[in-house]
Amino acid sequence: MKPTSIMNRATPFLFLAPAGIIMIFALLYPIGYLTVASFFDWRMGTPFADAVFNGFGNYAWILNDPNFHESFMVTITFAFTVVVLEMLIGVGLALMLERPILGMSVFRTIFILPMMIAPIVVGLVWRYMYNPQFGIFNKTLKKWGFEPIPWLSSPDWALPSVIIADIWQWTPFIFILSLAALQSLPRSSLEAARIDGASEWQQIIYIKIPLMMPVLVVAALLRMIDAFKVLEVIFIMTNGGPGLSTEIMSLQIYKTAFVSWELGRAAALSNVLLAIVLVITLAMFVYTKIRDARIARAQAAAEQY
Amino acid sequence: MSEIILENLVKRYGNITVIDGLNLTMDDNEFTVLVGPSGCGKSTTLRMIAGLETVTSGEIYIGGKPVSHLEPKDRDIAMVFQDYALYPHMNVAKNMSFALRLARQSRAEIEKRVNKVAEMLGIEPLLSRKPAQLSGGQRQRVAMGRALVRDSGTFLFDEPLSNLDAKLRAQMRAELALMRQRLEKNMVYVTHDQVEAMTLGDRIVVMHQGIIQQQGSAEELYKKPVNKFVAGFLGSPPMNFFDGTLEESAGQLVVSGDGFTLPLPDTLKSRIQDRSDRAVTVGIRPSAFLLSAVTAGQVQLELPIVLSEYIGSQSVIVSSLGGQQILIEVGSDTPLKANEVLSFAIDPESISLFDPQSEVAL
Repeated sequence: MKPTSIMNRATPFLFLAPAGIIMIFALLYPIGYLTVASFFDWRMGTPFADAVFNGFGNYAWILNDPNFHESFMVTITFAFTVVVLEMLIGVGLALMLERPILGMSVFRTIFILPMMIAPIVVGLVWRYMYNPQFGIFNKTLKKWGFEPIPWLSSPDWALPSVIIADIWQWTPFIFILSLAALQSLPRSSLEAARIDGASEWQQIIYIKIPLMMPVLVVAALLRMIDAFKVLEVIFIMTNGGPGLSTEIMSLQIYKTAFVSWELGRAAALSNVLLAIVLVITLAMFVYTKIRDARIARAQAAAEQY
Repeated sequence: MSEIILENLVKRYGNITVIDGLNLTMDDNEFTVLVGPSGCGKSTTLRMIAGLETVTSGEIYIGGKPVSHLEPKDRDIAMVFQDYALYPHMNVAKNMSFALRLARQSRAEIEKRVNKVAEMLGIEPLLSRKPAQLSGGQRQRVAMGRALVRDSGTFLFDEPLSNLDAKLRAQMRAELALMRQRLEKNMVYVTHDQVEAMTLGDRIVVMHQGIIQQQGSAEELYKKPVNKFVAGFLGSPPMNFFDGTLEESAGQLVVSGDGFTLPLPDTLKSRIQDRSDRAVTVGIRPSAFLLSAVTAGQVQLELPIVLSEYIGSQSVIVSSLGGQQILIEVGSDTPLKANEVLSFAIDPESISLFDPQSEVAL
């Protein structure tokens, strides 16, 4: 092979190399380290060389730990509740605000603001709003003559309270994606539905939602991945409490590592969370693959006739 | 039973007037074609009849009933769209039965009607396919089928053939004409294609700049255009126009221009005798140039062949008269050579005159 030809073949790899090197050091290396560490009994502050090999001990411990069971259930409840409610509210808002209304562009901008605020700030803002004495919610409730609610201090109210904050922050994400999907729907199909006698509701149920479905499925999966990894807002608002009522998995990982100093167990916990998120990601990947294949098949079939 | 009347119909978008006081009566069971160049307001008019656009002022009556404030579904109409507007997530049978399912028809009734229409259009083998699995022509048929299944009193067509290739378009046009014979329905058809308009329409409505220029049968419009726009719009190749002046020559009224002097037929003469303005626009159709020998009353013109286009049974000659390019249509059996000068006979009866300012036919 001539040198120029070798250069030609090597060029794309040379261009990819910087990104590849960063990937190896910033992603593959930590994950590899994490996996190795999860098999050791490793205390914070001791060198890794002194860590004792523990086999699947950390994983066995996790599976039998009632705190993990509690945290796992909190995470699942949190993730599914926020995703379902954000989907319902986000899609609902998009359907309502799709039509041309005066000042709608201002409305839309305001609606997507929460998404742009840093999670730490969101956590602080909501903690103040939920404050039992001078928070706006309880102040308003008292003014209207209602009993104040122990938003963050009662185990029954804490999870709903953080769920409300997450919905506030992330519904706009579903909203803008749904709005974009709605605006790209074939207009004439909707007009045909009107002529066919479909009411507003029937257009939504039989035409708009089914046609938006590909976008909605991907949006829901993206939100699900994020919801499983949520940390900052809850960390600031409740730090997992009261009790374990809002201790989502990422918070438990944090506490295991930096409060209990159990790095091996924290690594194992991280791997469990990684596995859950990976399953959802794969689901999304498989969904888009199947859809693309179906479209390709349909097009091939159409060309035959 | 369901005559459609448009009364002083106006459509404005902000300050822009798209339709300006349109009046039109379409008889029961008539095939009306709205034809005109893009932006003439024909589609807007159709969409107002359908109820997809609101009416700024004026009223639409279907079967004597004012409908401009009714929802599309309450107007007893079915519509075929330019891009077919099929529901991509439903198969052909579901697409066709959507309106019936919304109207809560019985399953047996739905199946009966869908099958009947599918058989009529020859799309039975496609019933379980999704729109993405159909070719353009098949989608067109399904869109037609979806409208037919409704069994509405009025059918609206918005440029239904313009997304098809030329061969398929001609075939579908013939099928539409056949379907039209079998169905006793009002049909309103929008197109920018004058061939579609002339072959399909009982009543052709030529529109331009939101105003009806002329309406009538294909023959009326072709033979007696009321203005220069209609004369130039209908007919292919289009009519040739020249600037001319009315003159008195040997006691005869003639029209002369750069390179020609043509006598006027008696019918025209009597109409323009008292005209003070001597300037006119002369219109001559490409088919009015005859290659035969000049007979009594006809005029001879010597014209050079700049270019000839062979299009099958006809040839179109590009020639020039008085420095202006003109089109001439002749039978293709005549051998044509570029730069050759041919002698054409013109019958004065085939000349049209228009006012150069108002463009109204004289």
